[in-house]
Order: sequence, then C-alpha cells, then structure tokens
Amino acid sequence: MKRFAELYAALDATTSTAAKVDALVAYLAAAPDEDAAWAVYFLAGGKPRQTVRTALLRAVATEAAGLPDWLFEASYQAVGDLAETIALVLPPPVPAAEPPGLAAWMHERLLPLRGADDATVAHALRAAWRELDTLGRFLLVKLVGGGFRVGVSKLLVQRAVARHAGLDATLVAARMMGYTDGKRLPTAEAWRAVIAPAAIAPAGTDGPAAAMPHEPSQPWPFFLAQPLLEDPAEALGPASDWLAEWKFDGIRGQVVRRAGGVWVWSRGEELMTERFPELQALAAGWPDGTVVDGEIVVWDREAPPLPGADTPGRPAPFARLQQRIGRQALNAKVLADAPVGFVAYDVLELGGVDQRVRPQHERRAALQALAAAVSPRLVVSPLLAGADWPSLAAWRAQSRSLGVEGLMLKHRDSRYGTGRVRRSGDDAPLAWWKWKVEPFTVDGVLIYAQAGHGRRASVYTDYTFAVWNRAPADADEAQAVVEAIAARRPPDPDGLQLVAFTKAYSGLTDEEFRAVDAVIRKTTLEKFGPVRSVRPTMVFELAFEGIARSPRHKSGVALRFPRMLRPRPDKPLHEADTLPALLALLPASRAAPA
Amino acid sequence: MSDLIVQRPEGLYCPPGDFYIDPWRRVDRAVITHAHADHARPGHGHYLATAVSEGLLRARLGADITFQGLAYGEAVEHRGVRISLHPAGHVLGSAQVRVEHGGRVWVASGDYRPTPAGATPDRTCTPFEPVRCDVFITESTFGLPIYRWQPDARLFGEINAWWAANAEAGRASVLVCYSLGKAQRLLAGVDASIGPIVCHGAVEPLNRAYRAVGVALPETRLVSEVADRGALRRALVLCPGSALGTPWVRRFGEFSDAFASGWMQVRGQRRRGGHDRGFVLSDHADWPGLLTAIGATGAPRVIVTHGSVPVLVRYLQEQGLQAEAFETEYGDDQEAAAEAPAGASAGEGA
Repeated sequence: MKRFAELYAALDATTSTAAKVDALVAYLAAAPDEDAAWAVYFLAGGKPRQTVRTALLRAVATEAAGLPDWLFEASYQAVGDLAETIALVLPPPVPAAEPPGLAAWMHERLLPLRGADDATVAHALRAAWRELDTLGRFLLVKLVGGGFRVGVSKLLVQRAVARHAGLDATLVAARMMGYTDGKRLPTAEAWRAVIAPAAIAPAGTDGPAAAMPHEPSQPWPFFLAQPLLEDPAEALGPASDWLAEWKFDGIRGQVVRRAGGVWVWSRGEELMTERFPELQALAAGWPDGTVVDGEIVVWDREAPPLPGADTPGRPAPFARLQQRIGRQALNAKVLADAPVGFVAYDVLELGGVDQRVRPQHERRAALQALAAAVSPRLVVSPLLAGADWPSLAAWRAQSRSLGVEGLMLKHRDSRYGTGRVRRSGDDAPLAWWKWKVEPFTVDGVLIYAQAGHGRRASVYTDYTFAVWNRAPADADEAQAVVEAIAARRPPDPDGLQLVAFTKAYSGLTDEEFRAVDAVIRKTTLEKFGPVRSVRPTMVFELAFEGIARSPRHKSGVALRFPRMLRPRPDKPLHEADTLPALLALLPASRAAPA
Repeated sequence: MSDLIVQRPEGLYCPPGDFYIDPWRRVDRAVITHAHADHARPGHGHYLATAVSEGLLRARLGADITFQGLAYGEAVEHRGVRISLHPAGHVLGSAQVRVEHGGRVWVASGDYRPTPAGATPDRTCTPFEPVRCDVFITESTFGLPIYRWQPDARLFGEINAWWAANAEAGRASVLVCYSLGKAQRLLAGVDASIGPIVCHGAVEPLNRAYRAVGVALPETRLVSEVADRGALRRALVLCPGSALGTPWVRRFGEFSDAFASGWMQVRGQRRRGGHDRGFVLSDHADWPGLLTAIGATGAPRVIVTHGSVPVLVRYLQEQGLQAEAFETEYGDDQEAAAEAPAGASAGEGA
C-alpha cells in the first residue's frame, strides 16, 4: 500500500507523460506480482464495486474526526472530494508497523467488508485510518468507495506495461482487454499472462498471430475515429477513396464468438454479454473465431429503413437504449419494448485469423459474405452511395432528421488500427473519420452557479442557463425582469421571465472559468447550500446534440450533451434565445417518451 | 457597556481612543498589525506599529510616513486607552493589538500563526504569544478542520528533496511564494548546501529588511548577479506568482515550479494552480491552531474576521462561546481566497 501510495503521489505530482511512464515502470519493476496486478487494474480504470456505502463512510469519518455533521459538510464543500475530505479531517495517525501490500489490503482487509454489517465496517475503517497517513487514507476511501481515479490514461498504462515487459504496446493492449472488467478480480497469474513474452509468430505469417488474444473471451482493441473538422475535400482527397456510412448513436461494441462462447464488449471494455441476450442469440450461429465490430442499438421495427439499408426498421433514439441499460431485470416486457440489435460495420477476426491488417474494402466484403452466410440475419451498416463530396455532404445534412449523428468516413485501404491514431508508421493508410453533424446552438443566460469537484473545487464551473419565455420587447423590458430578480420579487406568471432549461459545466478554458467565477462572486444574489443565484448578466452560446421533451424539467425539454461554446459578452441580455425557439428544434414526429 | 472595538466603513475602530486598527480607508490614526498590503495601507496620518516592522512599512508605504514604533509588550496611553503590541508569529514584526480601557481588555489578532506544540519556533519572526482578554478578534483564513499543518521539519524535507532532485537533473527549482514573510521563512528553512539561491527583485529588498533587524538568512542573489548559467540550473528560485510567464523566468531554462501556500493542502487547488508541486506552508493558524489560540485567550466573547467566518462563528457558538462576525476587507472571503494560488493576487501571505 505504501509503495502504491508513493506511485500515486508521483503520478499526481507531474503533468509530464514521460515522467508518469517512468514512475509506473519503476513501480512495476519493484512491486510483487500480486500488487502490480492490482495497481495496473486500478490505474487502467478498473473499478471494483463499492464495498462501503458513501453514507456509512461519511458517518464513520465524521464521528472519528469528532466533528458536527454541518462542519464535515462545510469541509466537503471546500474540498470537493469525499475521500480527500475524510483524509484531511481525521486526527493525525498513530504510526504503525509496516503496512501490508496493495493486494493484501484488497483481499484481506477491503473486499471482505462488502456486505459486512455496519459495526464491522466502522471498526475496520477506524483501525485502518489510525495507521495510515493522509495519502493512504485518501486512497483507502477511494478504493472502498468505488471512486478511484488517477490522472493517467489506459494508453499510458499500456505503454508503461509494454516497456516494463519488453513487449509491443498493441500486444499489451490486446492482452489487457477485459483486464479491468468489474466482474473479475486481478490476480498475479492474470498479470503474468499480460507481461508474458510474446509467442513466436507461426511460419508464413508476418507477426499478427503473435498478438492473438490469449483468452477466448478477449476482444481486439477498438479502432477509434478522429473528428473531421475541416473541409473533407481538402483534408481527405478524392471522395472515391472513402467508404461512407451513417454514424449511429448507440454503444460501440464488439461481438466475440470463440471456443463455443459469445462475449459482447463495449468500447469502455465492459463485458456486456449478459445485458444483451439478443446479441448472444445473434452470434451463437457464427463460426468459431469470428469477431465483429459494430454499434449496439435499440431497434425500432416500425420505423422506415434508413436510406441505403435493405433491412426493415432502423435504430431508435439513444434515450431508448439508455432506458434499456438502466433496467436491472430483463423480463419479457423489457425485451419486447426495447429490443436490442447490432449494426455490424467491421470484421476483425475470421476463422480465428486476425483480419485487421487487410484493407477496409476487403474487410467490408468479408463482412458482407459473413452476413449472407449466417442465421439469424446480421444487419450490416449500409454504405452511402456518393462519388463526390457534395453528394456525401447532402447525406450528412439529412442526419438529424434520420436520427443519426452524421457520417463515418473510412479509407478504402485503411487497416484496423488501435485507439485514436491518424496514421501508422508503415505505408498502409490508417484513417477513420467521424464527420458529425453540426451541433444545435442556443444563447442562454447564466442564472445559477455551483462549485465544481476535484480540480474545480471552490471554483464556480457548473452553471444553469435560462432562456426568455418569449422575446423581450426591448432592452428595458429585459432589464426590468433582471431588477425584479435582484429584488427577489417572484416572476410575473403572465409576463416576461427567464426559464431555466439546462445545466452545462464544460467547454470553457480555465482562464474563462476564472473570469466567469469572479463575476459570479460579484453578482451573487443568494446562496442555497453550494448553489448561488446570480444577477442575470452573462450570455453564453451553448451547443448540444439533441433535444427531447421532458415533463421532469420546468422548461419541458431536456438537451443531450449540452456544453458551452463561448461567452457572448457582445450579446445584450434581451437578445438571448427564447423557449419557443428551443421548442421549434424538437423533432416533429416523436411522441413524448414516458 | 459599549464595545472597545467596533466596525466602521473605514475599518476596525476604537471609540474611546479614536483610532483604527488596520483600516482600509484613509484615517488620521492607524495601528498596524503587520506590513502585508491588505493590513498596512498607505495614506494614514499616523502609524503605530512594532518598531521591528518600521523598515518594512517605510519600504512599502513611503519613507516619509509619520511612524511610532513599539517594542513587543511595551504600552502607550492614548486618550485613556492603553495600547500594546504582542507577537503574532505571522511575519517579521507582526503583532496582536491589545487595547485596555475601563478595566476591559480587547485583543485584535490581525493575522497570526501559533507555534504547534513540540515544534521548533520560526526563526524569522517572534513566535505567537497568547494574550488574556475579554474579547478576542480572530482571523479565520484557514478556519476549516481540513487545514492541519504538518511539522516544518517534514515539510522542509520535502522541499529540499524536490530541489535536490531538480538540481541533480540539471533544472532550476522555481518556488512561487509571497515576497514578504513566506519567502524569508523558506530561506531560513531550506538546506542552502544544495545549490545557489536566487531571489526575484520583489523578494530581495525584503530579505535585506529581515537581515537588517538581525534575522540570519542564507546568501541570496538576483539573477543578474549570477554569471554562471550552469549555476542557474541548480538554483532554488524564489519569486511571486506574477513572475511566471515573464521573460525573467525564461532565463532559468528548463525548470520545475512549485507553490508554497496553505491552500496547497487541497488537491484540487494544487492541480488548478498548474504548478508541478504544491507545498503546504502557511503563515496562518491551522484549524487546531485557531482553536488553541482562541482558548488560550480565555475570552468568553470572540469576533471572527476574514476567512471561514460563518463556520468558525457557528463552531465557537456550539462550544458555548459568544461568537459573532466583523466584515473586513482583509484577505478575501474564504472562497475567493481559494483563487490566490492561481493569481497570487488576492490577499497576502496565505
């Protein structure tokens, strides 16, 4: 635990990627296998289920620190992180004998707490806190509270592991797929399998077999698309080099069929097989050694097919998939109401052979051949006809009305890469681009602010925005509403008012956040716990990806992915947008979801 | 019986003595607790402060101010009010103001830092001494139980280790700190054998003022006085935050930067500051320090100023004390002060 705490401190203390990799490599060289197994698990994003409820953690800490509840809460508001608050308010530790390693902590002390009665948990927490220093306490609370995060990417961890083991980083990525899945616990054995020497490539192949996943369940690393922000004609060359498909708004997934089993993985490396029995049934008839990449969606059988598609129905809006994932029990009604389908767009393995080095168009043909040969039917993402950029742009312009996010552009000769890379070192083109539809935008007025968490603790970064219920007649009418708000007069139900419609907390630079924060402090009207109401003075341009009716929201609408594009100091308050203008963006044909 | 110290738009005011303590608007008579800019402002008619802070005050407010200096514990009578100054342990010359009139004693603390039990007292200023009183006016900059300082020895061990590692790697160690007080406490605490020490032009004159009253500090130089560029790569560099991002700091080539402040206790603030490291070094009382100091005054009534005012007032009330708040323009409110690490502009000496 001490060594892991030191590693954490070293990673936390630097923003340099090279220094982080160095620190990781040094740790891996020194740590026993069972500890390294856990450290890599946590650093690569593994999250064991919460073993101690937040409320209990908090209660035991408040009592151990001898603080009244309100003072613990005030401390938490200043720190913005529960584990750190607990670590800081507890009385100084009593130095103990050398504490055990990370794995021993997990197996002997922390995991047994899951499901234990409150008194046992409280006793164990107090004992652990007594002997740990501030950093040790912080990590302990993070580990049992299920909220451990550290500022390293999975890619960086893989690089460090690759350097430690003397392996290629893609091989490590392939071996580590599923390593952080919450349903398994890391073991020294699993860790040794990750860092084992690479197998010798069989004669007659040029190496890829060496990277074959060592367990049948394992997916290939996902190839991620770059956002296309420039003009495609200039950035990408002739359109005829590219295969265009719809960009679906679902969950990216790989369906793995090997050794008589089926595994469904999300891009977040979460094993989702059990959530989608439809996909288990879909792949059960595939030949062993088949891996297909595609989009998991809820399938709307009634809707007309998308242009280019030859199968009935089309993907339903993402909200339906979200609802389906939220269901714990998959009874017949849930399965009937929100049937999950899979839109296949790539094949990564056939007959147990890695397909990723083959050019995109060949993989596409192989995918179509597979789809024709299997039963039940495998839906393949339709290709969009279009020999030039203007015709592809015309398809893209229809995205919103068709319920897709835009287009995917894949170079005909691209191989299937790892992660988000533009080009590989060799000659083969490596390019997937997402050419998303432009977001909606709206000009909103900031009316409430709340301090952020983590590195944004104590800075007001989470804002609530409002629009006018109708267009103000002029600046004076808008100003009168501002004065009424400042005087705490209730809004006139029949008159002009500001209506809250969304929250947003990202999109500004740190410098912009600081400037807005300063204005918020100067224009605060009232404080409600962590939230401040402010005198409405600031207009922001907000972007969002979608809008739906929502009876739960006062404005009657809910936005998808709202974020700030920029402050609009040039925009007078009375020129901010109106609720009718927002409502006009609602998709016309969709009924309100329950 | 009317209060001995009240709040007025100009600052804290003593009605029977007709003088102000650390006023933020221009007044005729001002008693100054210490030389930080939010407590010692220019333009007052008369200044009363500790004799040892005279150099600092004249350097900051003008050589021609009308100044009267007192030794710690020495008293003067003014309109029947007995005024004396007592060590606050905050920066060189910092004082608590003791005011006695009609058998009652009030103490205004300014900013203060008690020496934690068992710790070595600060060499750069006279350590805090509790003063018995009926009413104690206390600051509350770090008035939350999350603020608990570790022993200086451990902290300076961390700073020395950081400096030594940088020197080994051939890069300068730029340590951002307040020019008055924090910088000198750092100088007195670091291991000067690791390498040369360079101070920014805002820091160096204050070092001279400290040395002038007998505080021993290791040798420091301005960057212009260092001819050997190799020496700069091993140097510890003390500067205010405003110096980062200027051509001045580029003279050091590759460097690691750190910020020394009590605010660095909270990880979010360390990260937001964007420095490589944050060292938790404060010249204010931590939470246990505030409670101990307040208890040691024996005062049944406590008035809380700048910092975590509502928190400390409520906590003291729950401990059975009569506690209330004064609104002042010292420092900033606790949340605004949280920005200090980023801009290093709000208040001084946190």
